[in-house]
Amino acid sequence: MWKAFVRWFHRMASPPHFYAAASRWTPWFFWSAIIVIAICAYGGLVLAPADYQQGDGFRIIYAHVPSAWMSLFIYVNMAISAAIGLIWRIKLAHAVAASCAPIGASFTFLALATGSIWGKPMWGTWWVWDARLTSELILLFLYIGYMALRSAMEEPSRADRASAVLAIVGVVNVPIIHYSVVWWNTLHQGPTVSKIGEPSITWAMLWPMLGMMVGFMLFFGAILLTRVRGEVLARERNSKWIKEVAVS
Amino acid sequence: MENVGIFTAAARLVERDLKVIFRHVSEALNPLVFFVVVATLFPLATSPDAALLRDMAPGVVWVAALLSSTLALDSLFKADMDDGTMEQLALSPQPLAWLLLAKIVTHWVVSGLPLVLIAPLVARGFFLPTEAILPMMLALALGTPTLSLIGAVGAALTAGVRRGGALLSLLVLPLSLPTMIFGARATDLAGLGEDPSGPLYLLAALLFLTLSLAPLAAAAAIRISLD
Amino acid sequence: MFSNLAFAIGEGDCLHVTGPNGCGKTSLLRVLSGMSLSESGDVRWDGTRIDRDRGTFNQAVFYVGHREGLKAHLSAVENLQFDLGIRRSFDQADIDAALERLAVTHCAHLPVRVLSAGQKRRVALARAVAAKSRLWILDEPFTNLDVAGRDLISHLLDDHLSGGGLAVVAAHHDLPLRAGRRVPLEIS
Repeated sequence: MWKAFVRWFHRMASPPHFYAAASRWTPWFFWSAIIVIAICAYGGLVLAPADYQQGDGFRIIYAHVPSAWMSLFIYVNMAISAAIGLIWRIKLAHAVAASCAPIGASFTFLALATGSIWGKPMWGTWWVWDARLTSELILLFLYIGYMALRSAMEEPSRADRASAVLAIVGVVNVPIIHYSVVWWNTLHQGPTVSKIGEPSITWAMLWPMLGMMVGFMLFFGAILLTRVRGEVLARERNSKWIKEVAVS
Repeated sequence: MENVGIFTAAARLVERDLKVIFRHVSEALNPLVFFVVVATLFPLATSPDAALLRDMAPGVVWVAALLSSTLALDSLFKADMDDGTMEQLALSPQPLAWLLLAKIVTHWVVSGLPLVLIAPLVARGFFLPTEAILPMMLALALGTPTLSLIGAVGAALTAGVRRGGALLSLLVLPLSLPTMIFGARATDLAGLGEDPSGPLYLLAALLFLTLSLAPLAAAAAIRISLD
Repeated sequence: MFSNLAFAIGEGDCLHVTGPNGCGKTSLLRVLSGMSLSESGDVRWDGTRIDRDRGTFNQAVFYVGHREGLKAHLSAVENLQFDLGIRRSFDQADIDAALERLAVTHCAHLPVRVLSAGQKRRVALARAVAAKSRLWILDEPFTNLDVAGRDLISHLLDDHLSGGGLAVVAAHHDLPLRAGRRVPLEIS
């Protein structure tokens, strides 16, 4: 069982195999994402009852919470791929890490935007230094730093490895940063700033949110596979197998 | 002809780095002056009102310390990368992580420790109460080495990048936030007459964590930059 | 940059790497010294891969590259004291002898930055002599040296090889060796 996994893993690490497999899987990820998101959007926007305090405004959590979850999930993914690339010297893993970054940054930005939109009717301002929002903002800086480091290095191999070290250092720091920001925030808790906390939540409200998280992950899968295929094409542009694939 | 132990080697590296620094002592003072200048910006940009400044004091000291520490990072690895001595360190029989730790310690003694000693002057300028001064110095003494260590990883990653200063700040500042948050909070609590030991313990924990991991990350990054 | 490269050298051998500019001589030397990673294949010292036991390999090798590897504000003597000091226990006599060999004793106490390019190169090579390493990896050691200097380096190599040392030298010119076995490697 383990051996079969290892063999599959090694096959996947080869760019031509991965490219072919990714091309096959992408539509599956994409369409299942569309279906799940559609169902959960209906569930969240139409079926779920209005919140007794916030009215219909709370519905933005169906975009906000899954985005925030994705921003963290993708960072961890990025760090793990980078570590695999660094330790076992698998170039494809570096391509995956590179592809994750812009997607993760986009989800982080989406989380910030939806958080801000959620906050406006409640706090009256577009921004508050809430623990979660501040944490997301710092995560955005970490993503930007990662992408900036990559683009500052001309040689691809050095860019891969240096950004891998950064991603690993970052992933160790993310829980520490998050904890310190939460801690900082609890010290300065004003009476108005507490509503992005989890209210006790009924199942009817909860299932669309969980479903959206799954849908977002499937969507991420589809986009990631597409981006990695693009990366592979760019990195392997001088190889023989590319010419055959491009023609087909 | 025996091999040289790691402590002797580290001592020799510290000795060499200090010799190099002291042939140009004025350069070493720049981050300190920067610290004071940055702190001075705040009252000029806001107001000289004593109550306001006292409230801001912990934040100002720590932001200035963080910025000064980031500025000082430029002198940590750059010179050695440029003249080829970093290559020689990487090719020496000593563990690179250990040698880099020696360099970081030397660097902190020259740029971080004086900051800890000068900070009381700045803090008094911001009307920080006397009983808060010693806890503030302790917090800085725990926090500035952590900032140097985190900064060293960033400096190692950007060592080969031309004009990497802004990139270095972008990488290092978010990672330094926990240290700054805990340090400022410790100073703040001390200023209010309360017990700062909670954040101080957290600072110490961060220091030990970074002390054990940062040299390894920096060594990996330096080898990548040298490749 | 290059592929399908395989060779082995032993005591008394000098691998003489030649080839046009930009063909990868420096890259090869950096891979051999352990500074760069090759994408595939490995480098072995005494049968063990160098990345498995860096300490042992680094103790045995001395690399002199394009940059001198000297602190400009310190003197030659101070530089050598450090370079030896992290490698092995030594006497001041070792340093003096090496500097004398390279004919830079007269400027040994001046800061390196006031030395000429040729003198700096001699000081850089003096470190290899003083360190008494088994394997010398020298990238264009003859740069900036006059005829007398080049002769001196050749003599140094001869002595090193006849004493059982190994060398890898990247050099444009011919390498006149009177001792040891020259192993040519041309990268095209």
